This record gives sequence, structure tokens and C-alpha cells, in this order.
Amino acid sequence: MKTHQKWGFYIFLMPVILWLVLLIVLPHIDLLIMSFRSESDYGELSWGVANYREFFDEPIYWFTFVRTAIYSIIVTFLTLIIGLPVAFYITKVAAVKYKGPLTLLVLLPFWVSELVRVYGWMILLRESGVINHFLVKLGILNKPIEMLYNDASMIMGLVYTTMLFMIVPLISVLDGLEDELIEAAFDLGANVRSVVFKIIIPYATPGIVSGSIVVFMLTLGNYLTPNLMGGKNSLWFTEQIYNQFIASFNWNQGSAFGFLLLILSSLIIWFGLKISKQNLSKVVQ
Amino acid sequence: MENDLSVKNVTKKFNEFIAVDSVSFDIARGDFFSILGPSGCGKTTLLRMIAGFESHTEGKIEIRGQDMENIVPNKRPVNMVFQHLALFPMMNVAENVAFGLKRRGMNRSEVEPRVKSMLERVGLPGFEEKQVNQLSGGQKQRVAIARSLILEPAVLLLDEPLGALDLKLREHMKVELKKLQEEIGTTFMYITHDQSEALVMSDYIAVMNKGRFEQIDTPNNLYNHPSTTFVAQFVGENNAWSGTLTRSDGKTAEIKTTDGNAFKVDANDTITEGSKIDLFLRPEALLIQPDPSLKDVNRFDTVVTSILFDGASSRLLVTPINTKKEIIVALPQNRQYDHIRPKDKIELGWSENAGIYFAKDNLL
Repeated sequence: MKTHQKWGFYIFLMPVILWLVLLIVLPHIDLLIMSFRSESDYGELSWGVANYREFFDEPIYWFTFVRTAIYSIIVTFLTLIIGLPVAFYITKVAAVKYKGPLTLLVLLPFWVSELVRVYGWMILLRESGVINHFLVKLGILNKPIEMLYNDASMIMGLVYTTMLFMIVPLISVLDGLEDELIEAAFDLGANVRSVVFKIIIPYATPGIVSGSIVVFMLTLGNYLTPNLMGGKNSLWFTEQIYNQFIASFNWNQGSAFGFLLLILSSLIIWFGLKISKQNLSKVVQ
Repeated sequence: MENDLSVKNVTKKFNEFIAVDSVSFDIARGDFFSILGPSGCGKTTLLRMIAGFESHTEGKIEIRGQDMENIVPNKRPVNMVFQHLALFPMMNVAENVAFGLKRRGMNRSEVEPRVKSMLERVGLPGFEEKQVNQLSGGQKQRVAIARSLILEPAVLLLDEPLGALDLKLREHMKVELKKLQEEIGTTFMYITHDQSEALVMSDYIAVMNKGRFEQIDTPNNLYNHPSTTFVAQFVGENNAWSGTLTRSDGKTAEIKTTDGNAFKVDANDTITEGSKIDLFLRPEALLIQPDPSLKDVNRFDTVVTSILFDGASSRLLVTPINTKKEIIVALPQNRQYDHIRPKDKIELGWSENAGIYFAKDNLL
């Protein structure tokens, strides 16, 4: 009986182990090995940290790196600021019968691919786009202006594409917040500000942290949206990796960049968990 | 005596539905006042209007003489213990209790000793650092009360806080809550659908039905002299008979029940001969096999249907001969009635002054 159960356990564990080892661990080991390998112009192999040194020697690389990290944090923060009231409205303010439809409305745009959604924004914002057309028609602008390809539109696009991943965990955590708790806080003399900061946000912290982790990682690793909405000026670190792999065909350098990005995201998430006093296993529940 | 809370003709309408219908009452300082009523009678709405979570459609609510119109909940001198207690799960016991004081801008050095002494008063010394989910039901209860009492409210509002506890603990907390209230002297307004909670703890009880107050009285009067059919039925157990008042001479009256029994009762000047009435008899007012020498006792024969043994509150279920009615009779556990078996024929009696009757309304 005992051995029976043990075998059953391993059989069910097998797909997970295979998935982890074959698709995640092995490629990363391969990338790690590649990142320490250099090829000279003559095709001679050598080992060392040259790829990593290249990153620190070339200002454009680490400038892009820092810029990507900071912008990802900004995007996460903006998504949270917009997502929290939306989630609160859906779970606590709106009538119960509208809760399902409202959640569906949040979900709906995500039924089409990111590419289509970003093109939607491009149609609206570009020089010959819908918004410019109306602004000129109404006489607010003399001639169309380019609204795409700047940092603001890129950040807006990133916030938009990741919004769902913030709102869904927030809805699920706020669902458990009893109205009584908010009423009790008011009853004990709290004002709106302290209800938000002492009750709602602390209560929602696990949802906020898990939503933020997902949004941050998706933003940091996003390639499509920065590229399409930020254009050539977007300077997103994923583009550097892409360039190394595809344009320069320098897989070794690309691997090193990939690893740096992995370390960066791990560090920032670790730091975020530390300051919000959460631990990973609690947050992912 | 000064009134801590004064409610005057308060009405609450939700569209067409009248939840609270012109209710008036006063609570004197230091009283334990309960509102007792079935679920949906409007008692929670009334409480929420006093706390400020609902606005009243008509009337006036005064707390310590101050009109509460347009005063938001966080500015009212009342605090509420919620049905599910609503302790803040992300804070420990001390933070929960200190919440209200901190909102008043009191600094830490003032807050800490107060929290400590409040926790001692509710019997939880040294519980400051405990997390809410480490507490038992009764302890949570006390934290919730401490959290409100620390603000020294004019009236503490309690919304069926014992409802979620199991029976044993509920019995225990009933006594404890009463003692705590006497000790602290804060005015309590307690709402419940459990008549035993209300009877045990309260100085005064208002019985509420369909948005209206049926009677405001002491627990003793409510039980022994209910003023309406609803109160007679809702507070305590009662056996009910329908009948007609056949004769009344101002001192005694005669009632003929619809199932053919004739009973003598004390006269009631408001009810005239020939009117339809409802007669109520408490289970403990029914005497089993009354002594033949007793005077002024109505007697009738019954058959025992079953014996419901429940310790001190054991009961006999009997059917009067020639009827299909079932009557509950208190069965004292003093071994005197141990010989009674189901299907036995026994005589029951009740003193003529023990019957309570009202002109018929449409309740039965």
C-alpha cells in the first residue's frame, strides 16, 4: 500500500519535473554556459567573463538596463494605482449582479493577442490616426502631431497590456474583504484616507504583491509593446537581447544579457517582498 | 436620569418598503437595553441608523441630547460590535484595540497604557501581541468589545455578537457580557433574535415586529404580562387557544375555546362579551394532576403524547381529550412525575389568574 502510494505520487509529479527540467533548467544551463563563452573573430573559443564585462564597459547597455528596470517599476506602480480602485469598485461598490459582467469587460480585451491590442493603440495615436483626425477637425490642432514613439505612449501601452494581471488578483483578494471591516473602521473614527491605508491596502497586500510581481516580470520581459509603441527610441533591454541573438548573431553575448535580466528581476522582486514584508509562498497562494 | 440615546418617531423606508415604522424609545444612562425581534423585523436597520450607516427617512435620533442628523458614523459618539465582530485580521490584538485611539491622533505613549488596562478589564491581560486568528471565539468577542469600549462611547451598540458562537460559549458569554456591562457602566444597546439572551442580560427589552415596537418593558413584565399577542408568542413558550369570551362580570370571565373547553379567567375590562380571543398559557403555568382541594383552578383531561426529556427543561407533550391540539407542559424533574408514561391519561390544571388573553388579531 505504502509503495503503491509512493509510485502514484511520482507518476503525477513526472510531468512537472519533465517540464521544469527540459524546458526551464536545461535551457538555462545551456545559456549560462554560453554566456561565459566567447568567440574571437577567427572563431576561436575562449572562456571567461568577457561577455559580462562588455555589458559594463558599454554605457548604452547598462543605461538601457537601468532604464528598463526603472520604467518597469513605474509601469507596475501605475498599474497598481489604476487597478486598485477598479478592483475595489468591481468587488465592493458595484451591485452584485454587475460584478460578473464588469470582470468580463476587464478580461475581454485579453481575448485577442497583444499584437492586435497594440495595433489598436497605434491606429488611435499615430499621426494619421483617429485622435489626431478629430483634434484637427475640431480645430484644436493645426496639423496632426505624432503621439506614438515616445516614453509616455510606451508606458501607457505597457500599463494597458498588463492591467488584467493586476486587477484579477486584486479582485480575488478584495472579494474576501468583508464590508463589516470597512464599516468597523469608520465606526471607530477612521476617515476615508485611513480606511484606504490602514484597512484596504494592508488587507489587499498579498494580492497587490502577487499582481505586482506578475506585472513587473511581464513588463520587464516585454518585447512587442516597447518596440511597437516606443519605436526605435524605446531602448528596452529585451531589444538588446534580441539584437544580440538575431541581428548580431552573438548568442554568447545575448545569453549574458539574458542572465543579467534574470538576476535583475530576481533582485527587484526579492527587494519588493522584503519591503512589503511578504514571502513568496504566501503571495503565490 | 439623563438619557444616553433618544429615538423619536424614526421611520426608514426602502422605496415602498417600510423597514422601521415610527419607532420611539429612550435609553437611560447605564442601562442594558435590548431589541428583540425575529429576523427581518427591522432591528438591524434601526441599529445601523443609530450608528450612522443608514439615514432615517423621518424622525429624530439624539445621542446625549445631540441631534445626529447629518453626522457621519466616524463622528458619532457610539461604537458598534459587529455581528461577525469585524476584527482587523492584519493587525494584532493591541493594534485592533488601539485603532480608534490612534485615529483620534493620540500618541503611542498615551495609547499603550490604555490598551493594556482595557485588555485587563475584559479579562485578556497580556494578549497584546497575539494575532486575531490565534484567539478563541470568546476571546475575539472580548477584543471586539474592548476595541469599542476604549473609545468610551455614549452607547455601545451590539449587533447579535453572540450569534456565531456555539451554545455552551453563548451561555457563558451571556453572563459575562452582563457582568462586564454592570462593571463598566456603559450604556449597551443590544439587538438579538434570541429571547433568552435578551431576557438574561437586559434591564429593558423592546420587542420589535414588522418595523414596529410591540412592547418596551422589563424582562419580567414582558414574560409575565405581555401586552400583545405577538409578544406572548415570541417571548418564551406559550400554549395558544382560540375561543370566545362568553361571559364577563368585571371580576371573572368565562372563555369557551373552539375545541369545546370552558375556562374561567380573571376579567379584562378592555374585552367585551362575545368577542373572539386568543388565550395563552405558559408551559410552567400548567399543573400536572393538581390537588383536588385547590380552588380557582381550571381542570381538563389530557392524554400524554410523549415525554421530551431535556434535564431541567424537560417537557410533556399532551393532547386534551377530544381535540387534536398539542400542549407543552413543563415537567419538573423532582421525581414526583416519574410514573407518567406515554398514552397515560392525566388531569391538568391552571390557576385562573395564569391565563393571558387578547382580543383576536390575525396572527393565529
